[in-house]
Amino acid sequence: MTDLLSLQGLTKAYPGVVANDDVSFTIAEGEIHALLGENGAGKSTLVKMIYGLVKPDSGAMQLFGAPYAPPEPRAARTSGVAMVFQHFSLFEALTVAENVGLGMEDAPPMGQLSREIREVSHAYGLPLDPRRLVGDLSAGERQRVEIVRCLLQDPKLLIMDEPTSVLTPQEVEILFATLNKLKAEGTSILYISHKLEEIRALCDGATVLRRGKVVGSCDPREKSAAELAELMVGEALTPPERAPAAHGEVVLHVAGLTSEHVDAFGTKLQNVGFEIRAGEILGIGGVAGNGQDELLSALSGETIGPEETVRIRGEAVGHLPPNARRLRGMLTAPEERLGHAAAPDMSLTENGILSGWQRQDLTRAGFLRRGAARTFAEEIIEAFDVRTPGPHVAARALSGGNLQKFVIGREILQQPDILVVNQPTWGVDAAAAAAIRQALLDLASKGAAVLVISQDLDELMEVSDNFAALNAGHLSAPRPARGLTMEQIGLMLGGAHDMDVADPAEAHHIKEIYEEGHS
Amino acid sequence: MASFRLEKRPTPSQAWTWATPVLAVLLTMVAGGLMFAALGKNPFLAIKTIFYDPVLGEFAFYYRGQLLVKAGPLILIAIGLAMGFKAGIWNIGAEGQYIMGAIFGAGVGLAFYPTEAWYIFPLMVIAGAVGGLLWAMIPAILKVRFQTNEILVSLLLVYVAEQFLAAMSLGLLRNPEATGFPGSRNLQQFPAASNPELWAGTGIHFGVVAALIAVIFAYILLSRHLMGFHIQLAGQSPKAARFGGVNPTALVVFCMGLSGALAGLAGMFEVTGPAGQISINFNAGYGFTAIIVAFLGRLHPIGILLAGLLMALTYIGGEAAQATMQLPAAAIQAFQGMLLFFLLGVDVLSNYRIRLNREAAA
Amino acid sequence: MDISSINWILLLASLMVAATPILLAAIGELVTERAGVLNLGVEGMMITGAICGFAVSVETGSATLGFVAAAIAGAAFSLIFGLLTQFLLSNQVATGLALTLFGLGFSALIGQGYIGIKGLSVPHIHIPVISDIPVLGPILFRHDLMVYVSILLVAATWAVLKYTRAGLILRAVGENHDAAHALGYKVVRIRLMAIAFGGACAGLGGAYLSIVRVPQWTEGMTAGAGWIALALVVFASWKPWRVLIGAYLFGGLTVLQLNLQAAGLKVPVEYLSMSPYLITILVLVIMSSGRSRAALNAPAELGRSFHASS
Repeated sequence: MTDLLSLQGLTKAYPGVVANDDVSFTIAEGEIHALLGENGAGKSTLVKMIYGLVKPDSGAMQLFGAPYAPPEPRAARTSGVAMVFQHFSLFEALTVAENVGLGMEDAPPMGQLSREIREVSHAYGLPLDPRRLVGDLSAGERQRVEIVRCLLQDPKLLIMDEPTSVLTPQEVEILFATLNKLKAEGTSILYISHKLEEIRALCDGATVLRRGKVVGSCDPREKSAAELAELMVGEALTPPERAPAAHGEVVLHVAGLTSEHVDAFGTKLQNVGFEIRAGEILGIGGVAGNGQDELLSALSGETIGPEETVRIRGEAVGHLPPNARRLRGMLTAPEERLGHAAAPDMSLTENGILSGWQRQDLTRAGFLRRGAARTFAEEIIEAFDVRTPGPHVAARALSGGNLQKFVIGREILQQPDILVVNQPTWGVDAAAAAAIRQALLDLASKGAAVLVISQDLDELMEVSDNFAALNAGHLSAPRPARGLTMEQIGLMLGGAHDMDVADPAEAHHIKEIYEEGHS
Repeated sequence: MASFRLEKRPTPSQAWTWATPVLAVLLTMVAGGLMFAALGKNPFLAIKTIFYDPVLGEFAFYYRGQLLVKAGPLILIAIGLAMGFKAGIWNIGAEGQYIMGAIFGAGVGLAFYPTEAWYIFPLMVIAGAVGGLLWAMIPAILKVRFQTNEILVSLLLVYVAEQFLAAMSLGLLRNPEATGFPGSRNLQQFPAASNPELWAGTGIHFGVVAALIAVIFAYILLSRHLMGFHIQLAGQSPKAARFGGVNPTALVVFCMGLSGALAGLAGMFEVTGPAGQISINFNAGYGFTAIIVAFLGRLHPIGILLAGLLMALTYIGGEAAQATMQLPAAAIQAFQGMLLFFLLGVDVLSNYRIRLNREAAA
Repeated sequence: MDISSINWILLLASLMVAATPILLAAIGELVTERAGVLNLGVEGMMITGAICGFAVSVETGSATLGFVAAAIAGAAFSLIFGLLTQFLLSNQVATGLALTLFGLGFSALIGQGYIGIKGLSVPHIHIPVISDIPVLGPILFRHDLMVYVSILLVAATWAVLKYTRAGLILRAVGENHDAAHALGYKVVRIRLMAIAFGGACAGLGGAYLSIVRVPQWTEGMTAGAGWIALALVVFASWKPWRVLIGAYLFGGLTVLQLNLQAAGLKVPVEYLSMSPYLITILVLVIMSSGRSRAALNAPAELGRSFHASS
């Protein structure tokens, strides 16, 4: 195999951090190459350089042996490099066809483009209706829009940034079939992930990044997941442990919870019901955009409804605002750290006051007790190993993982009877994630009822006693987590949303017609 | 394209936060000087006449009193506006609330004419605050009830208030004994309803006292009280505020109500004091200039106190320059607008670092 | 009052003239807002256009040159706003207000020598046959050229936004600037162009007031027209043809109010003069109360600053 893309000594520094330090590796033609690394290891910066969004400080790239230095994404696309983003670069208020057209050079007229989208998307097992508004699509369907946008440009190298984080297990299988088919047609794929099993199943080669540096390259099929993990993290991690405990009385009872969407393109909750006992952890899984934000908002009290929909120890609280629920022992930690769980420009002390002023007694007759608030913030920093110069630092100055530890710590230190968290370890490095999970387990073993909403199924299997799936606003009946197989979970999550497995013959045929039309 | 690039600071720079208003004033003096030069005036003399003479010049004894007379209403209004701006609630119709406060206050006073009683003035104070408050409640209630944009409604109500002012000066409140220019009775000649200078020559009247009380009250509220914390939280991060249990409806009503009441008070003190009567051109744009004062003071009570004095200086110095140098009144208005531009422009320094690119920007 | 003294044909004919200033300003602001920028400085740009247009038309004797100058002045003025909000990332609400405050002062300053001067008389077009149609002729086909230019501008804006790639990119930038940036579009450059277009249109609208409608220069002569234009964009749910409908409805009400004043309606003049502003508020309330639908049309990034973090 010949080299498609080779990188030599790419370096990119931001103030205070070297995102990429002398990174070199090559991708062969028709290879699926994994870029493996933890959050913050520098994967995103690296692919942004390949895609022309960021300019390297030093180093060089070659595409097909010729120097390659795209000044902007447009140039990268004309050279045959396409990218599917982790946080989609889509426009909710525009249609599928308009979205696809925006990502193409020389997009054909809308009518022809719509036809091509229909044909190519079917051929690759990713059916799409070009007239629909992207805002009305599920996360999996949105990813298809991105992929189809890339495929229509006949890329030589397809970059995929954490593509499976929004998919059900069944959808992942279909995606892999599509990627393998592309590979068979000679397209190279740069596959970015921190999920080891996926990489072992899919990729031909792997480059491992840690703190911006290449720490190893290997054939992932020859390594065990544990070996890859150690390479990626740099140390062996201890899985969280928990003391087995008997569950107590029902503390949180939710029934008939139906809510309006939080924003214009949100998902309505449909008659959601469950209960959690003292000492129990209920895990709620689901692909992004299936009502997670709405569920958290209905439990925190940011959206209120009929009083009997939410009960704390039998007391109806569905009509009460956030602070009244906090006084009754129910605390929450939303997914979005900056701008929802914490105010970016406020200090950690002030962010401690944000949700802790009642239970931590941080006011006197309405006046703030600054000293007590600082002490509270210092306690959180100490107990949860938040890396920061001190409580006076603005929340936005903390790394994602550190802020997450602060936010979760803030709620746990208030000794809740019920804790609801959404995506507690999203974008957090492995060590911090393990610490957060351990804290949740410890909280439950002390007798609190914990609800963990997450898109990370491995995480849910690790911490939950019971598991339920949220799909299009419906919540499945909870089942004991122990013994559930990935396939059963996948089916609970809604299986594969009307995807069909790619048919190579049909795809090839359509591609030929399509290419003729263009040449 | 720009040959510089901005880098967000991890924490806002404290030093720049206070240095930017000073820098903006200096830049405005330079640009303003150029403008005066373009008008054929000596720029150095103009700047000196505006900024130096009223405070330290030969006739400063006369101007100094005027300083507080002008600064009082500006500070009073700006304090209220700043509360709302901090919370992300944009009341830009203070001019209208100022007018309504004056009409309500004067109306109550004139209703008692010619009774002399100690309770008349306090009643007028209350009426002035209520007038401004009610006028501000229109955009507030429309916002919380129908999500109507408060910027447009509060602003449009200024034009309505101006027409109402005209109707009142020509109709209900018109001085029945006067024959000249239409307007109400002069309240300065009605002791029970007037707001005289408290110490001769200082310019201090009840409105100035009220402005100082407002500064102290706002300072305590913002820096010490949970309500002030919630106001800042809501402005910086509305979602975090909801999560923190801030009731957005209550906040809109509080901030709009407070700013309306303070603007109304300012109007009431003005009509009973320096202006003396309700007339068609009673309002002098304080409600709009106060927006500049609020931003120039960085929405901070102490900053507003200083900014109010500075802006008052441009009014008085402008009048002086008009008298001695024939500098057009409009030049001062343009000068004030320019100040806000420069302030907003240099503000970037407190949140971002500027890096010059060695190579041309990509 | 004597209702019969109102000439209804004349009233309908003057409706288009009354509507044209806010129509021009509103269609420009619509384009700016579709790119995700909220420029509250319309009033300031209009008044600047009004004085620049008036001054140049008087000095040169050409209304056309006056309009060209007004458009340039409006665009130049809007680029101050563009510079501050796009490069220096200042708050759009505050900067727009600053533009208005500065514009009112600046225009008064340069307008000093033009107070009381009579403007040009701008010829009305006369097309044989159609201008002579009874009733419809005088109402629709006997105006000055700018009335028709403004309608063409609405049509062109609609077509560009709906059918062209440039329009699609503009909408995309207003919907999600981070995504547009990730795809390689120059967000700041596109927004600056939209801001300048908005400024040029506002300048034309102001100049129409001072050159055609009034026609003379008085300080603060826009009297809130810029704010009404901003409200009109909300009323129109960011759709070009609805801006046209809204402007003509509003123009109709303005002329009716003026005619009622002239006909001697037994209501003080001041209360009639309030009516345009009160009606605008009422319309805003009606539009925003049906929020779920109207809000969907608002560009998602309206008023937010864009800073490429990478």
